[in-house]
Order: sequence, then C-alpha cells, then structure tokens
Amino acid sequence: MVPLNWYLLLSAAVFFIGVAGFLSRRNIIILFMSIELMLNATNISLVAFSHYLLDMRGQIMVFFIIAVAAAEAVLGLAIIIALFRNKATTNVDEMNIMKG
Amino acid sequence: MGGVIFGYLAGVIILLSILVITVKNPVHSVMFMLLMFFHIAGLYLTLNAEFLAAVQIIVYAGAILVLFLFVILLLNLKDELRMKRTTWSWPLGVAAAGALFIAAFLSLRSFVPGTKGVITTAVIKAETNTKVLGRILFTEYLFPFEVVSLVLLVALIGAIVLAKKRQRS
Repeated sequence: MVPLNWYLLLSAAVFFIGVAGFLSRRNIIILFMSIELMLNATNISLVAFSHYLLDMRGQIMVFFIIAVAAAEAVLGLAIIIALFRNKATTNVDEMNIMKG
Repeated sequence: MGGVIFGYLAGVIILLSILVITVKNPVHSVMFMLLMFFHIAGLYLTLNAEFLAAVQIIVYAGAILVLFLFVILLLNLKDELRMKRTTWSWPLGVAAAGALFIAAFLSLRSFVPGTKGVITTAVIKAETNTKVLGRILFTEYLFPFEVVSLVLLVALIGAIVLAKKRQRS
C-alpha cells in the first residue's frame, strides 16, 4: 500500500507548481488555471486523508471545494471578459489602473 | 502494484502540471490540464473515491475547462502569442514557490495523523461510496450543502452582471 506521505508530497508538488505559475506568468487565463491547479492539489490531499483516516468528511470537503471552484471559475472568467472589453489585453502587467 | 499505478499517475500529473504553466498557447495549456484532470480522477479511483472521480471528470473536465476554452476563443489572443510569456519577476516567483515546497516537505516529517474514523473499506464495499457520501452529506452537512447552492446562485447572477455590456445612456 502506498504511504499517505507520497500523496501529500504529490499534492504539495502540484500546489507549488501552481504557485510558481501564478507568480511568473503574464497571461491572466494561465494565472486562473494555476489557481485551478492549486485547488486540485488540495483536493488530492483531502481525498488521501479521507482514505487513510477512514473518514468520509474529507470527500465532503472536496465536494464543496469543487462547487466553489466552479463558482470561482465562472466569476473569474466573467471578470476577464469585462477586463478584455476595457483593455483588449490579457497581460497582467498592463492592468495597473488601480495602482495609485 | 499499487505503487506502480501511483508512480505512473503522480509522474504524469506533475509533468502535465509543469506543462500547463510553461507552454505558450493557452489552448494547449487547457488541453494538458484536461489530461491532468483525467489522471487526477484515476488517482481518486485508487483512493476508493469513485463518486469524486466521476464529479472530477464531469465538473472540471466537462464544465470548467470548456468554459476556459470558450473564453480563450472569445478573446482574440493573436497578439498574446507574440509577447513574452513571463513577468520580469518570474525567478522570484519560482524561487518563492520552491522555498515553500521545501518548507512543506520538511514539515511533512513531523506530521502525525489524527484519530481514525469508522468508514472502513468494508463499510464502503457494503454500502457503496456514493451512498455513504450522500448519507453524510444530507444529514450532517445539510446546511453547508444548502449554502453551496446559494454560492452557485450568487455566481450565476454575478457572471451575468459582470459580462453584460454596459448601457450607455
């Protein structure tokens, strides 16, 4: 049987790949996908905990996270469309209108 | 055997997630992400979470990624493909992520699992995963479940309001 730590390590790796992508890319859509990567990484660790600790609550949590991720993706993409309408770019470097 | 399957899934997931954040074309990024979601669903299957594996494919691969594709196709990304793909501060970002990963790796050593629950594999086998999940969801977690429906409603209204063209008076 695969130890729990391997799953946690995989989850951490995917999470921090997402962090690296979020902090380094310029395209706002890729930034958004990095957020989805991070949410998926937490889902992996929660399901692993659920399996190894013989408790279903981890999977319930994943269920809620998936629902919230869907809502978040919808709102984020709506914001991206609104931004693109104003700026005609997806480059985050050019979105500095609120930068005092 | 379990180790081999886990090794394959983990290797592919890490490789694909690196590809997602490094390739230039967002459409390719979405395609790699689609493949990665299928592998994550496979990982859920190895953890006896059939319902979540199905939901992962239906909601993430079927709904969220299609939404991403729609938005990418709505936006004209011809100019975007010509610009540099990273910000000037990308080494800082990658270094920060790497440092955080090392911190998480080191903290894993002092991790002590909590007390075990009662949902053993035998219970899941007797009752099926979906039934156990549903029973807990609709009894213990009924109120959060209702709140989630409200969250989805707010997202629906918010998306319509945000994406609507502003009327010029």
